[in-house]
Amino acid sequence: MTKNSAEQMNGAKAFIESLKKEGVDTIFGYPGGVLLHIYDEIYDCDLRHILVRHEQAAAHAADGYARATGKTGVCLATSGPGATNLVTGIATAHMDSIPIVAFTGQVTSSLIGNDAFQEANITGITLPITKHNYLVQKAEDIPKSIKEAFYIASTGRAGPVLVDITKDATINELKFSYPDKVELRSYKPTMKGNSKQIQNAAAMIVKAKKPVIYAGGGVIAANASSELYKLAELVSAPVTTTLMGMGAFPMDHPLFIGMPGMHGTKYANFSIQDSDLLIAVGVRFDDRVTSKLSSFASGAKIIHIDVDPAEISKNMAVDLPIVGDAKFVLEDLIPAVSEKIISGKTADWVKRVGQWKKEYPLAYKDDGTSIKPQFVIETLCEVAPDAIVATEVGQHQMWTAHYFKFKKPRKLITSGGLGTMGYGLPAAMGAKAGCPDQVVFDVAGDGSFQMNSQELATLVTNDIPVISVILNNGYLGMVRQWQELFYDCHYSHTDIIDSVDFVKLAEAYGALGLRVEKKSELKEAVQTAIQSGRPAVIDVRVDRGENVFPMVPAGASINELIDERKYGGI
Amino acid sequence: MTDIQSHTLSILVENHYGVLTRVAALFARRGYNIDSLAVGRTEDPDVSRMTIVVYGDDAVIEQVIKQLYKLIEVIKVIDLSQEEYVDRELALIKVAATSETRAEILQIVEIFRAKVVDVGSGTMMIEITGGSEKISAMEKLLRPFGIKELARTGKVGLLRGPKDTAKEK
Repeated sequence: MTKNSAEQMNGAKAFIESLKKEGVDTIFGYPGGVLLHIYDEIYDCDLRHILVRHEQAAAHAADGYARATGKTGVCLATSGPGATNLVTGIATAHMDSIPIVAFTGQVTSSLIGNDAFQEANITGITLPITKHNYLVQKAEDIPKSIKEAFYIASTGRAGPVLVDITKDATINELKFSYPDKVELRSYKPTMKGNSKQIQNAAAMIVKAKKPVIYAGGGVIAANASSELYKLAELVSAPVTTTLMGMGAFPMDHPLFIGMPGMHGTKYANFSIQDSDLLIAVGVRFDDRVTSKLSSFASGAKIIHIDVDPAEISKNMAVDLPIVGDAKFVLEDLIPAVSEKIISGKTADWVKRVGQWKKEYPLAYKDDGTSIKPQFVIETLCEVAPDAIVATEVGQHQMWTAHYFKFKKPRKLITSGGLGTMGYGLPAAMGAKAGCPDQVVFDVAGDGSFQMNSQELATLVTNDIPVISVILNNGYLGMVRQWQELFYDCHYSHTDIIDSVDFVKLAEAYGALGLRVEKKSELKEAVQTAIQSGRPAVIDVRVDRGENVFPMVPAGASINELIDERKYGGI
Repeated sequence: MTDIQSHTLSILVENHYGVLTRVAALFARRGYNIDSLAVGRTEDPDVSRMTIVVYGDDAVIEQVIKQLYKLIEVIKVIDLSQEEYVDRELALIKVAATSETRAEILQIVEIFRAKVVDVGSGTMMIEITGGSEKISAMEKLLRPFGIKELARTGKVGLLRGPKDTAKEK
């Protein structure tokens, strides 16, 4: 259908046609009163609709789909409670700059503002957690709004866009024609970096003796991992990646120094603090990374490359900002550096960082009597090194970031900015729906898993074999850790031991349930789950008191870490 | 760190549903304080102009402007305070007036080149246009007579000379 051959149809059909024009293949949704016309079109359309069991999961699944595939994720919910249930998922995507388009039904336009049944002002509610949103009240506005929504969601600094469509707009007729391009005079993201700034950056990089590359989610969003790799090798600079940037640089590379910040490696934090040049790419100097800002990389000049001009000097004053897409900027920066670089200039620095790496490795004590959670992650990595790993939020998330050696981008799917418990299972579902040929784990804690475990039903019904691995310590572990370290072991409302039998829960939904109580059983259980081809839950009974180390206490500088040696262990 | 100063931002926005809410909500959630806000159409019916007076040091104002640009419907933001510009505000002041005080009030009105727009039993309504300081000065002088009600529009402003907000850097 081209622009010239406009076809008469109702808004609901135009909605479906618009999604097809955007290349959408999968929608995560849940029907409701104002969506009946749309669901009548979904009834016999060839888009894959996955019926979730809670709208929050639809938003997380769209987000997981987007992170794993690089395409824009789509979710759909009805007005009122359906729409408000999306809110946590939209906020999660917003904090991590993930492209999703969330569609909501709205009450008939003449009823808006009357407190009608299942009415919620969702455009108002999502104002601060969307990149942009639309209230569509006319059928003829549906194609243009959808075109713009996908464009805005996926360009510049990506993010969620919500499109709220009234019931009458889905019923009324329009002449359908889909716009070829978007024209927004007020929205033109800068993709290419300023060439003079890039030359200046190259000069700083060539001069540096102790450079560190600090890379984040912006590198993955821009698909700039290979450029990052080239730059790192060219400069021979150690690379630290944030939680959002995990996999942007291979974790088994000798220049890789782990994650920075609160639960960063000692050698990453020491390197940042001792560096003379910090090359920050696609990062936002988040407080979990910088901790005490005034002492963060205080001896270093800072180059900050980011697609969002508002991130420049928001948290951290920098010496040289470059606004642009990480891929475009790095593509220009690499030849500029390579013209002037003198090889071997950083050799002493790399050696020193290597010594820190040897001296303060990520480590845990394994006496063989209990299952250490870190060992579980190492085992997953051993059995399925190329798997996609979604996580929930808490200790297990940090252990995953430390011990699963991601080699490629779009493999770790985790809620970094918002820290949303209950994210992992539906996000893993979205990732598996988008990448059916890959092994997909949801690494969970026993607390987080209970926040969206109803999605086991969606997995089983739609035959989406995600493997949930619960590091079950019977605690809300991260909070318990803080209570142990800073609140005199007052375990206030964090002990949740034996709240549910996860194996029976899995079986109740028709999924495979496995329990692991001995180290020796673990590997086989993981292999069994993968081979079963079914959605599975592995309940691993891990050491209850294990803590995430190293750790920077709140308000300290990032080189003031505590670890199990200093703390004396549990 | 620079001084905290008043900045007059001229913001051109798409004349869309909800755009005022988006701008106002941005100021609220990022913790920027609006001193005054005036909004109306421009020479282009598709474009509205907001004039916002906000206090902050240079770093804060830079963030305000960048955050405004992140709103899809914001076309242009100019910090008028960095340029040669004219700004005006209009106020209506209803002041208590008796036969004894009326002459004195009229004298103040004349000095300020204001206008009497309504006279009631025991009150006069005065319209005054000018810079914010002028309006505040007049308000101060009228206060002893008893100000019954006061309405200020908030500041509006434009660049001096041939410069055009939409085309400035």
